[in-house]
Amino acid sequence: MKTLIKNGRVIDPANKLDEVCDILIEGSLISNVAKNIKVSADKTIDAAGKIILPGLVDMHVHLREPGREDKETVSSGTGAALKGGVTSVLAMPNTNPAMDSAENIKLLQKIIKDSAKSDVFICGAITKGRLGQELSDIKALKKQGAVAISDDGASVDSDKLMEEALKFSRDEGIILISHAEDKALSNKGVVNLGLTSTRLGLKGISKESEYKRVARDVELAEKLKAPIHIAHVSCKESVEIIARAKKRGVKVTCETAPHYFSLTEEAVLNYDTNMKMNPPLRGKEDLEAIKQGLKNGTIDAIASDHAPHTENEKDIEFERAEFGVTGLETELSVAITELIENKVLNLSQLVEKMALNPAKILKINKGTLSVGSPADIIIVDAQKEWVVDRKAFASKSKNSPFLYRDLKGVVEYTIKNGIYC
Amino acid sequence: MIWKRKDLLGLEELSREELEFILSTAESFKEVSTREIKKVPALRGKTVVNLFYEPSTRTRVSFEVAAKRLSADVINIATETSSVKKGETLIDTGRNIEALKADIIVMRHNYSGAAAMLARHVNLSVVNAGDGWHEHPTQALLDIFTLKEKLGKIDGIKVSIIGDIAHSRVARSNIWGLTKLGAKVTVCAPKMLIPPGIEEMGAQVTDDIDKALNNADAVNVLRMQFERDESNAFPQQLEYFKNYGITEERLEKAKKNIVVMHPGPINRGIEMSSEVADGANSVILEQVTNGIAVRMSVLFLVAQANEFIKKNEDAD
Repeated sequence: MKTLIKNGRVIDPANKLDEVCDILIEGSLISNVAKNIKVSADKTIDAAGKIILPGLVDMHVHLREPGREDKETVSSGTGAALKGGVTSVLAMPNTNPAMDSAENIKLLQKIIKDSAKSDVFICGAITKGRLGQELSDIKALKKQGAVAISDDGASVDSDKLMEEALKFSRDEGIILISHAEDKALSNKGVVNLGLTSTRLGLKGISKESEYKRVARDVELAEKLKAPIHIAHVSCKESVEIIARAKKRGVKVTCETAPHYFSLTEEAVLNYDTNMKMNPPLRGKEDLEAIKQGLKNGTIDAIASDHAPHTENEKDIEFERAEFGVTGLETELSVAITELIENKVLNLSQLVEKMALNPAKILKINKGTLSVGSPADIIIVDAQKEWVVDRKAFASKSKNSPFLYRDLKGVVEYTIKNGIYC
Repeated sequence: MIWKRKDLLGLEELSREELEFILSTAESFKEVSTREIKKVPALRGKTVVNLFYEPSTRTRVSFEVAAKRLSADVINIATETSSVKKGETLIDTGRNIEALKADIIVMRHNYSGAAAMLARHVNLSVVNAGDGWHEHPTQALLDIFTLKEKLGKIDGIKVSIIGDIAHSRVARSNIWGLTKLGAKVTVCAPKMLIPPGIEEMGAQVTDDIDKALNNADAVNVLRMQFERDESNAFPQQLEYFKNYGITEERLEKAKKNIVVMHPGPINRGIEMSSEVADGANSVILEQVTNGIAVRMSVLFLVAQANEFIKKNEDAD
């Protein structure tokens, strides 16, 4: 089976490519990328006027299975991923049971084998039950196939335990992803601490609760010469700490989520629980700092932190509602709308943040259009506008902060291992 | 002016004109309570449901009296918050009350934003009788009404609010209402009881009680809720009285006719001495009386607005 994609603008930063050319897919692999490929293909797609990107790699996704199949399943979550142009996801370990043992990972691998529509990579838990008390058998997690470890949703409070975890991740060659939050400081808050929390009469989450933990984790990584990745960076101070650490040569990488460069705490002022996530939406200067961090390379990756929740868990009093928003189906469009249209990034840089860099951090062979690599390709109409419709989601959950927004950029084709989905 | 809001959720979203309209409507309703037959038929045939998720006597009774003086039928529902977790959601409760063909829900809730959420999901009117730390609009309206009665105006007056600002919906509603009407507001409390962003809301901040009283035309003293202190950061009760309690000695240094208010119930000997609470400057009981006029005004206006909205929808 040969598929030829003709006349699209191919953007592949791994090969420093940004020009109009053709891509030939043979079987599940990319067999040629060149101008005017002459071949008799079984299927030809005319991509004139469209952009062609490597399938996106989203390194922060909550698929909820096993345990909360009412929110999302591997099947529905990876279906949402493909719809959003994401062909590889990193599944976060806060499932029930948590991914803290080889047995549990095996269980998830079986589910993935039976039902996943995109590639699913597994993030193991740093500690047993993600309780921050006792390390998981990190060697065994790696051996079973975990490509990262994290207690996402919780931070490892103990400095000593974090140090031990970082030694393991360093020596095993897998990345530790830090959910940077000092819960003693965030103190059961639900929105950004400041004028917004005061206006709403809600408990605030200080920026300190995030950046002080970022500072600690960066310091530990520096001391141990261990790589570390900071998840969902939301505030200016965190960006500054990471920028300084990178300058010193610390092996720190980080990600932000689309809501942190497109929305501010103002969006919460009518108690919309679809604007409730952790870390919370911050102020305007934080949003600007996130954009700058993306532009100057401090922030390596964009990941959705796709966190599906049922309506029963969201359509209630703000303080009782769950933290988290969905994002797989909107992330590329939000990035195009906010970052490309406003010239924060160019398309090559965007592909770096959403495909190439996450793949490098996770050390997986994804995020490129290199000849011989798996044909994970998306064709996008970057000019086409659409309105986010709650009825149109492939995800089981509808808790998007971008509902009813006009966005630019429509994923027209997602090709996974050479197969059009 | 035609009142167009079917709900009263807070004072933050109201304009100066809207605030003045509620207050002037309240002025005309105040007279009703002085009549031999204390009743007007303004809401005859309407049903008001007092839905209280937090214990409250004075606010609920005040709303009940106000509704009855407007000839509405009143139903009181008191619900333990703990049962919310197991039982019906707030939205379902609201929709059930709507199905009973009630016209107005007056709600007290321990979660900030609960009234706004309910209002989004029902077509009947919602009046916020206090939601978490967020707003208590009718309390602030009756405070402002009382101040206007005593001082003749709001524009340019100086009002100090003393006490736990961080956890006070009364403080927030007063800051919004008073500043919109041109008053200068100072809040005064120990630093840990001042939330961030208060200056941006339009109030000045001090932790010095004498500064707060100096030159003030009125002082609004909040109830200290020591039972809410989870972090044990609050000053002890006696220490609080020593440093922030309103006493006759402190008032001697203030303006002679300073108006002393308190939303009640008073902790005598903690926020203020008994002598001050019962003294010549205190208008605490007048606040209670005025609460009825203000709540009559609010109930009347939201009911009228909802009728107006329904009629316009029918016309479409």
